Amino acid sequence: MTEMMEDGVRRRDFITIAATGAGGVGALGAVYPLVSQMAPSADVLAESTTEVDVSAIEEGQSIKAVFRKQPLFVKRLTAAEIEKAKSEDGADLREPETLADRTQEGHEDILVVMGVCTHLGCVPLGAAEGEDKGEYDGYFCPCHGSHYDVAGRIRKGPAPTNLLVPEYAFTSDTVIQVG
Amino acid sequence: MSFPWAKCYEPNTAIERWLDERLPLPRLIYGCVGMGYPVPRNLNYMWNFGVLAGFFLFLQIITGVILAMHYAANADVAFATTEHIMRNVNWGWLMRYAHANGASFFFIVIYLHIFRGFYYSSYKAPREMIWLLGVVIFLLMMATAFMGYVLPWGQMSFWGAKVITGLFGAIPLVGEPLQVWLLGGFAPDNAALNRFFSLHFLLPFVIAGVVILHIWALHIPGSSNPTGVEIKQESDTVPFHPYYTAKDGFGLGLILLFFAFMVFFLPNTLGHPDNYIEANPLSTPALIVPEWYFYPFYAILRAFTFDFLFIPAKLMGVLAMFASILIWFILPWLDKSPVRSARFRPLYRTFFWVLMADMALLFYLGGAHAEEPYIMLSQIATAYYFLHFLVIVPIISQIEKPAPLPFSITEAVLGKDDGAVLDGADATPAKLAGASA
Repeated sequence: MTEMMEDGVRRRDFITIAATGAGGVGALGAVYPLVSQMAPSADVLAESTTEVDVSAIEEGQSIKAVFRKQPLFVKRLTAAEIEKAKSEDGADLREPETLADRTQEGHEDILVVMGVCTHLGCVPLGAAEGEDKGEYDGYFCPCHGSHYDVAGRIRKGPAPTNLLVPEYAFTSDTVIQVG
Repeated sequence: MSFPWAKCYEPNTAIERWLDERLPLPRLIYGCVGMGYPVPRNLNYMWNFGVLAGFFLFLQIITGVILAMHYAANADVAFATTEHIMRNVNWGWLMRYAHANGASFFFIVIYLHIFRGFYYSSYKAPREMIWLLGVVIFLLMMATAFMGYVLPWGQMSFWGAKVITGLFGAIPLVGEPLQVWLLGGFAPDNAALNRFFSLHFLLPFVIAGVVILHIWALHIPGSSNPTGVEIKQESDTVPFHPYYTAKDGFGLGLILLFFAFMVFFLPNTLGHPDNYIEANPLSTPALIVPEWYFYPFYAILRAFTFDFLFIPAKLMGVLAMFASILIWFILPWLDKSPVRSARFRPLYRTFFWVLMADMALLFYLGGAHAEEPYIMLSQIATAYYFLHFLVIVPIISQIEKPAPLPFSITEAVLGKDDGAVLDGADATPAKLAGASA
């Protein structure tokens, strides 16, 4: 069994490396499904778009819809709120975005944001009547004290970014499709 | 055990001899927690908490396995089956209250066990590995307790899960996909509940495994003691059984009185009333707090409301929270003082109590609302916490002048040790003869 090749490499060395290598590749292949099974399943992914009718929302009113099992705030801004948001476009923002960046052209009064604080995922207050809107008249997260302004931009507290504006489109003048 | 005077197991009956030759399990027990394990004779009641922690792990596994027989890990019925356990299952209320309060008591005894380690510097050579394994056990306990709290699927369960998995979302680049992967969805739901149940069932057995390693590592050098002076001779020790089985048994009796009082008279005091409201993804409770035993670390998480050294506030809070525990891993190398026990370290003793006060403050702040003055106080307390481990302990261990140590455990207990000799030149034959005369 001590067949030595000319360069000093034994037949056994080749077999050991080949077998370990093939076994290693096989083991990695087996790990993939073990990891992947934890990702969202097909039924969870299937619920990933939502339609919202915005015609019934009055000026200054917000509604809470559900998008991917998480709250979605749809708000019709008043003229005064639009003015206030625009006047603060140039303020010292943690994540600079103008109101125009965060709404769609021709629908500047409709603000669609995820009702999920960008800190650790609590639902901010301010969408329902009588709730604390925070120091900037927008949304206030009670968990760790993040304050968002009228346009849902982070102004104070631990949250790193503005409230997320999900991908959405107006399918008609009054209906948006989110996702 | 390595002490030459340790008693050896001697099988007396034929059946014991038969078993000893095939599976020497009685020999193992005799050597670990029986008459074959010599232990310092001067252990105080702070040395009870290891055994007590073992007891509460055992209790959690027993009550937990029973609860799993009646509970269903499905988001539609999880809350209902929890109430089913409380109302319909024979003695179900007792099992659940014992399990919920058992978790609290497990943490109480573990914290006292860890603080004992701080005070007497139990982590120092040659016991670093015991300490490291202990920190691993603590981390596993935190993961297990967190996932267990999600299972009743109440409001605090849901929002706790959301906030804690949100921690992973703070990691740059991979954070969001990682969070979705951990939850199996975009928010906690059935997938998350199921996997948390599976892991909550598994992890206690992993803990039990690491506990065995912890005890194994302990039996290499043997137990530490309140003087911090190593065992020198047989008169420094007594056998674990019956001396410490009795002492631990007495301590167990005391804590069980306290435990029974909580289970039977104040079963929900340590919990949160919001968890008796079913999980609602669209409504956040006014104050989201974890279970009380996470308060100090939660306060550290919330202390970072500003960007720090170009690291965003959110990520910094997460890093600080994990670092506050991971820092314990390097404690044996931060504290370079050759003296173990704080009894002989006046400066360290003072700062130990300052740390305890700081942790008590963090504990209070972790349960408070996220508003001033609590935020500023959390920032100060967090800064001090890290200052203690990274600056104060290393400096003290360099500059402190320790008090004189006793020659041996025997001398510390009896006031004199006939076998005591001075090191080096003084240990001449004449002196030795004088000492024995």
